[in-house]
Amino acid sequence: MKLKVLVLAIAVAIMSSCGGDEKKKDKVEAPKEAEKEVVELDPMKDKGIGPISSITLGEIDEAMAAEGKEVFKAKCSACHKMSKRFVGPGLAGVTERRTPEWIMNMILNPEEMVEKNPAAKQLLAEYLSPMANQSLTEKEARLILEYFRTVKAE
Amino acid sequence: MKTIFKSLFAITVLSLVFSSCGNGGSDKKSGALSSSAAEKVYVAPGEHDEFYAFVSGGFSGQLAVYGLPSGRLFKVIPVFSVDAEKAYGFNEETKPMLNTSHGFIPWDDSHHPDISQTAGELDGRWVFINGNNTPRIAKIDLTTFETTEIIEIPNSAGNHSSSFVTENTEYVVAGTRFSVPYPQKDMPIAEYKGNFKGALTFISVDPEDGGMDIKFQIMMPGFNYDLSHPGRGKSHGWFFFTTYNTEEANSLLEVNASQNDKDFIAAINWKKIEEYVNNGGGTKAPTNYAHNVYDEHTHTATSTMKDEILIVNPSDVPGAIYFLPTPKSPHGCDVDPSGEYIIGSGKLAAELTAHSFTKMLAAIEGEKFDGEAYGIPILQYEEILAGAVKQPGLGPLHTEFDGKGNAYTTFFISSEVVKWKLGTWEVIDRKPTYYSVGHLMIPGGNSRKPFGKYVLAMNKITKDRYLPTGPEVTQSAQLYDITGEKMELLLDFPTIGEPHYAAGIPADIIKANSKKFFKLEENKHKYVTKSEADAKVVRDGNEVHIYMTMIRSHFAPDNIEGIQVGDEVFFHVTNLEQDYDVPHGISMIGAQTSELLIMPGQTETFKWYPKNVGVWPFYCTDFCSALHQEMQGYVRVSPKGSSVPITFTLDGDAVDAE
Repeated sequence: MKLKVLVLAIAVAIMSSCGGDEKKKDKVEAPKEAEKEVVELDPMKDKGIGPISSITLGEIDEAMAAEGKEVFKAKCSACHKMSKRFVGPGLAGVTERRTPEWIMNMILNPEEMVEKNPAAKQLLAEYLSPMANQSLTEKEARLILEYFRTVKAE
Repeated sequence: MKTIFKSLFAITVLSLVFSSCGNGGSDKKSGALSSSAAEKVYVAPGEHDEFYAFVSGGFSGQLAVYGLPSGRLFKVIPVFSVDAEKAYGFNEETKPMLNTSHGFIPWDDSHHPDISQTAGELDGRWVFINGNNTPRIAKIDLTTFETTEIIEIPNSAGNHSSSFVTENTEYVVAGTRFSVPYPQKDMPIAEYKGNFKGALTFISVDPEDGGMDIKFQIMMPGFNYDLSHPGRGKSHGWFFFTTYNTEEANSLLEVNASQNDKDFIAAINWKKIEEYVNNGGGTKAPTNYAHNVYDEHTHTATSTMKDEILIVNPSDVPGAIYFLPTPKSPHGCDVDPSGEYIIGSGKLAAELTAHSFTKMLAAIEGEKFDGEAYGIPILQYEEILAGAVKQPGLGPLHTEFDGKGNAYTTFFISSEVVKWKLGTWEVIDRKPTYYSVGHLMIPGGNSRKPFGKYVLAMNKITKDRYLPTGPEVTQSAQLYDITGEKMELLLDFPTIGEPHYAAGIPADIIKANSKKFFKLEENKHKYVTKSEADAKVVRDGNEVHIYMTMIRSHFAPDNIEGIQVGDEVFFHVTNLEQDYDVPHGISMIGAQTSELLIMPGQTETFKWYPKNVGVWPFYCTDFCSALHQEMQGYVRVSPKGSSVPITFTLDGDAVDAE
């Protein structure tokens, strides 16, 4: 009897060392219900995903806006026009449609945004070209935001 | 009985369990490798290798980058040969890199990569490699993994004992394999002896930017200078070159250059010569060679012709150069990490020779000379000999070191790597190679601090090791684990060209410095277009310059009209992306050149000569996004003298609108 137990113990030991994947022994849980996508209904409350969690805006700083316009021209204008849809959406009045945090996160963290943020995902589905990461600094993104504030929807 | 039954049962159960154990430990006959060898070279998907190996591409003229231990090929860096894939030597920016005193040369034979060092240890800033056929030394920048400088070596031929660096990268050296008349002149070949010269060139390397400059050239007797290595530690300041054909034969060298019982290792006190030169020594002589530099900010190479060189004759600097007699046409010339032993591999000798640096200095001090050759003292063999490895194998070529007191030497004829001990000269282990190994490499094996985990053997013959591919089969390298007393063969892997030598380095030293993209604001290319609004097409006579941008996934402009048959059209294309791994390519139907492959933030140029009227497309050649297939454009070509004006648009608007 004792021997049987020993044999069994050895066999089990060998079996489980075979392949060595301990994780396989974990119970397979029943698949969870697909997580429901919670679409933020009010885009003016959606801050997006990324380094910018909160930003307070004061009066428009014209000098910053002018600088932002130059950065925008160099790094963004190949795909975005202000007045019309181009490769990406037209951006006139964007600060009236999106929170400042969402805009900056979309600039600074586009890969994660189009993967996880429902509003950004929707845009990708519509425009097909994923928003490019142009490796801007937070400061540059902030300047662009200031520029956007000066261009109202027609 | 019951007990016996129980035992039998137990054995049966156990053997069932064992045999069901898939790829378990029992390795019966699944090839020469045990599963542990496979595990040692297995780098899981998404994981990185521990070492970079820069392996010479031999007659491909390039330098290949592999990972070790996996043997995976990451990149072929174009160095001395054109590369249509990367537009190297095809685009207007890199054509000057291949300029020489003989004009544009699209090919060479690359041999001996060596990584820059600081205080005798690998610093991972640059790799140098020599072009053998049209003598040149190239420098590859290890932040971009691109060739950024090539300097031609005048008065040299068969630039083989190159491109090894001193322990603070003060110099990279280039020694001639073939001696030639100096200065070159029309003379009978049979008058070689005593009239030909062997140039050893010392190229200084700027410690800041790596800029190369020929500091001086030593005009040695007309032997063949085969390989070289720097002194290190105690022998820092010296450089050692093997010679063969001290017979100075000029025909049927396989017989006529194998007559002498001993040839030499030339020991050069470069510090002494440097001092002589710094004090105004040497003779300025007219010459002609190209110095080509690629600027990372203009993304453009320039070629400058130099017309003067500083020549030093050995007799000018007494006490700076000696000959160490070394048996039978020595090939490899390797210095151990301590700098004490200089190993000469006599190709035709029965033993491996180790000279002692300490004894060499004493012999010089005591004037233990055995005559002289062309005024250069020959030291007495017995006075400088540290020891010899007896009957180590047949045809020794090269030696590297593991930093633990062991040396590893390749034997071409007996096709093996032999491990032996420095100091006792005893053979510890030998393992066959498949087949006929040339060089071998231990990461850092040519420095004060080797990383003695693997040795890479680079073979000259492959024969049956891989699936056949017609008469020409792949070149091959083999990786051995050298952490134990005995070596263990882990892996065969194919290589490009002929892998003459390699330089390995722990990945951690360089991978964090690897550039991800070029900053657009730092782009100083003459024809850069930094935003779509600046894109334009400019006619100047029959020259047309197209300033074009690319970003996922369109060109600006993408509709161009007003081009005429007979024009010379320059596409200056800037990649506006500022993210990692988003290159775009471009080519134009009928362009008699390669594509461009443009990294983010970079500008490149190709030329197109439209020959026929019509509307001709261009497109992106590197799959860049889901809408890559949409990345295309058209050029309208009108007859010569047509009144169709130059226009350039995107989406129907002039690109500079808004």
